[in-house]
Amino acid sequence: MTANTATPLLEVRDLHIEFPTRRGILKAVDGVSFSIAPGEVLGVVGESGAGKSLTGAAIIGLLEPPGRIASGQIILEGQRIDNLPYEQMRKIRGRRIGAIFQDPLTSLNPLYTVGRQLTETIQTHLDHSADAARNRAIELLEEVGIPAARERIDHYPHQFSGGMRQRVVIALALAAEPRVIIADEPTTALDVSIQAQIITLLKRLCRDHGTAVMLVTHDMGVIAETADRVAVMYAGRVAEIGPVSEVIHKPQHPYTIGLMGSIPEIGSHRERLIQIDGAMPRLDAIPQGCAFNPRCTKVFDRCKQERPELLPAGVTHAACWLHAK
Amino acid sequence: MSAFVQLNNVSKTFNVSAPWLNRVLERKPETFLHAVSDVSFDIRRGETLALVGESGCGKSTVARLIVGLYTPSRGSITVDGKLMRSADETNDEARLMRRKVQMIFQDPYASLNPRWRVADIVAEPIRTHKLITDSAAVDKRVAELLGFVKLTAKDGEKYPHQFSGGQRQRISIARALASNPEFLICDEPTSALDVSVQAQVLNLMKDLQREMGLTYLFISHNLQVVHHIADRVGVMYLGRLVEIGDKSVVFNDPKHPYTRMLLDAIPDLHMTGKARTPVAGEVPNPLNPPTGCAFNPRCPKKFGPCDQTRPELQGLADRSVACHAVTFS
Repeated sequence: MTANTATPLLEVRDLHIEFPTRRGILKAVDGVSFSIAPGEVLGVVGESGAGKSLTGAAIIGLLEPPGRIASGQIILEGQRIDNLPYEQMRKIRGRRIGAIFQDPLTSLNPLYTVGRQLTETIQTHLDHSADAARNRAIELLEEVGIPAARERIDHYPHQFSGGMRQRVVIALALAAEPRVIIADEPTTALDVSIQAQIITLLKRLCRDHGTAVMLVTHDMGVIAETADRVAVMYAGRVAEIGPVSEVIHKPQHPYTIGLMGSIPEIGSHRERLIQIDGAMPRLDAIPQGCAFNPRCTKVFDRCKQERPELLPAGVTHAACWLHAK
Repeated sequence: MSAFVQLNNVSKTFNVSAPWLNRVLERKPETFLHAVSDVSFDIRRGETLALVGESGCGKSTVARLIVGLYTPSRGSITVDGKLMRSADETNDEARLMRRKVQMIFQDPYASLNPRWRVADIVAEPIRTHKLITDSAAVDKRVAELLGFVKLTAKDGEKYPHQFSGGQRQRISIARALASNPEFLICDEPTSALDVSVQAQVLNLMKDLQREMGLTYLFISHNLQVVHHIADRVGVMYLGRLVEIGDKSVVFNDPKHPYTRMLLDAIPDLHMTGKARTPVAGEVPNPLNPPTGCAFNPRCPKKFGPCDQTRPELQGLADRSVACHAVTFS
């Protein structure tokens, strides 16, 4: 595997997230493990409900009750952070882990100017005077490519376009120079031409600062361009994880193969797309054995009995009995 | 083949002025938003025309104009040789046109009534247009329609919330098919869906088109999806068509700099790790569009006349382009 020789900045070990309900406990994330090295971008893909955003929320400690971490560990630079009290986690969030969310309008406060929001974040985490914080805020806005940052700093979020707002959100995430950024669908709400600008920006910032990025998205194209490694999630588990070009060009898990085939491509002349019949199971009806077995074209007996763990498959790792030795 | 759907210089202007009192007190002029300007195109019977463009380029307004949810400020829309009327006309001819033209909306969560059973949702067009009056026959027809979209008659007894996004979009398709339409307008039908589910819906739409001889206007911002489903493609920018032509021509040899930019901006699965060339700038404010060609502030090929005069759509049989830098010999 790539770049994993360095000590990982962020490590997730056997994470389980549960939702207790009247009808029993729902396991939304069920044994997810991965690590991200400094300067590395780990893409996390999967369909709605696969547990990718929950994993991100658990890392930044913003899991909404009744959701809770049932077991597992989240380790940031050698320190366990999943069991920290709220106040301590608050100091880490923003300072050492930054977050970028999908909708740039809801992640900014509409009543404050972007400058006030930036300086507030800077002064909360760093020991800056008001003037220094304002200068730093202008610097940040310039760094994320907002023209005329000196005037724009006193504008309100509604005065920015969608792409510019997402840049402000990125500036906000970078304000305290965090070591890890969790980006949850950062480009989904944007048009393609703006999407390209934001991705290029995110990549450059990550390279320049050696930040580790967990990029959650459902868009394989964005992953292909941005990520170094990719984890494909299905029904709360990692189905396949490996270097991005391997997973895209030589997928090993039948789900990844189907997922790749279902993306329409310019230049291909296929009359029909490969479709995976059915839908992802509901959390209260996850089948026994491999969760993908009812939709899998290569299903055999063992798949319906035992749940596969991640097994080496070519250069990647796939949770599929086809790769059992 | 002659044109089945025809748009002739269709424009739509919205009055977005401040309230009257403010205008008088603050001496503000009336302001108009030109959402769609002079759009003309034809769609042949059985063909799929896709409209692409970024948010705010007017593609959904075109869809709403064609179904009659908006009335054009100028220009005319004909379907099968007959003038399309606005939705508030209730005479027989207007009703017939509305039966023939149906729409599928983007959000399958918002476009189905949550308090109605699926069977009632699908039967509504049949009842409204009085296509079948016998209730047993309506049930039979609903079951048939649900079969078309790979659902079962039993699913008709459920409510929309019991279905996934892809299934709901298939219910929308069944409802659209209920009135035996000839022309379907699909406004971003798959953009709220996951890719594997998107593939199911796109395959289904292609099958239905072949079996029933439907004509589609397909609106999307996703160029990969458009490449898969369309026969011809129209590219819109700030309310105008900038390029329109056969799919293979537009995708393989884009002429307008904006089309080229859109195609370059698509994340490509095969260029892992390589950076795209991001395009500078954003869509300008439609209330105050640039003079001349609306794309000129972002255009890499900008020269003399671009900020002076607006280029007209011109070209050959298989493609037209509105750009000063493109000449057809």
